[in-house]
Amino acid sequence: MELLYGLIYLVAAPVAGGLLTGLDRKVSARMQGRVGPPLLQPFYDVMKHFQKEKVVVAKIQNVFVLGYLLFMAFTGALFFSGGDILLVIFAMTLSHVFLVLGAYSTNSPYSFIGAERELVQMMAFEPMVILAAAGMYLATGSFYVSDIAGTGKALALLLPGLLLGFLYVLAFKLRKSPFDISSSRHAHQEIVKGITTEFTGSTLGRVEIAEWYELVLMLGFVYLFFGWSPPLALVAVALAYFLELVVDNSFPRLKWPFAVKSSWVAALALGMTNVAVLWYFARGVV
Amino acid sequence: MSYFKKSPWIIHYDGSSCNGCDIEVLACLTPMYDVERFGIVNTGNPKHADIFVITGSVNEQNIEVVKNIYHQMPNPKVVVAVGICATSGGVFRECYNVMGGVDKVLPVDVYVPGCAARPEAIIDGIVKAIGILEKKRKEMDEKG
Repeated sequence: MELLYGLIYLVAAPVAGGLLTGLDRKVSARMQGRVGPPLLQPFYDVMKHFQKEKVVVAKIQNVFVLGYLLFMAFTGALFFSGGDILLVIFAMTLSHVFLVLGAYSTNSPYSFIGAERELVQMMAFEPMVILAAAGMYLATGSFYVSDIAGTGKALALLLPGLLLGFLYVLAFKLRKSPFDISSSRHAHQEIVKGITTEFTGSTLGRVEIAEWYELVLMLGFVYLFFGWSPPLALVAVALAYFLELVVDNSFPRLKWPFAVKSSWVAALALGMTNVAVLWYFARGVV
Repeated sequence: MSYFKKSPWIIHYDGSSCNGCDIEVLACLTPMYDVERFGIVNTGNPKHADIFVITGSVNEQNIEVVKNIYHQMPNPKVVVAVGICATSGGVFRECYNVMGGVDKVLPVDVYVPGCAARPEAIIDGIVKAIGILEKKRKEMDEKG
């Protein structure tokens, strides 16, 4: 049964991710007083990428980008089939390492800076996510996603600090302003397109599909905090995504040193405090 | 089915424009005209772009830059010369450093005259360019 969820993710996540991205563009446009592109625009974009001429700087870059896509799909499938959450986090890191290697292999200064910044982003994101996994273990006694989701405990109430901290660093993973430092979304073009500068055609299409997989995976993480009540969880996921869009449209991009420092401060202040308090009470109460 | 019609991405380069046409190109992105509703994105990266929009004439300084951007764009691609300077050199035609219109250097597909070209005219030019993009895509398919 759980394996089935993993398979459903593999098929449905690109569709859901693409639709959510389309919704994102539409809602962002409305926030800016524009009409915005059609809902299916991300699919049109990706289909077009696959119809473009294949221009490759270094052949190895295609292998790395394929690795990024496959490992991101694997990570999500592992998550949704109820696997070990630590393994999910490490597989996700590995898939991003593939993307970084792909960008490095092109020897372009812009993708080089983008790759460096992607590593910085990973550095900013990881501590918080691992803390969240640790907090979930403390609360439920298991690292397995299936156990965490199936627990009757109100995780969001036990782990409010971790939830807030996770929402803070979520902007890194969704490549949203103020933390879209590695690849320039929207109109900021100071590093051209950052990590994806040298990816063209179908390679770029694969990067986008991998990002859709990742989007669904990240929203799955938010779901875990509310796993005790699925209807509430879906509302929470929608709210979290909307919150990211509001933040995205209201804040300019930060410099990377501040982005890293603030995410670590958030992880320490919110996450560590939460874990410490929970650990203290967990010995007798929970 | 071809998707170029639904998602034409643009790279905009300012040759030696007075910025009049550049402002009008950017005006196309504002809520008033909002070309993103046609899926048009101003990418700033030649490797992701389908349509090369040039404003201003070509001069001795930027001739290599213009060629470089053009050759970095993957096929199919079209060139749109926006404004009278990009079309023919305009009032700068006789300047010692000005080569003339963009067509002295690149095969231009669509000319959008005007000083400055109005946003409506630019959008019209881009729509024409999309048609040519489709045609070039078909030719690419036939060649295999």
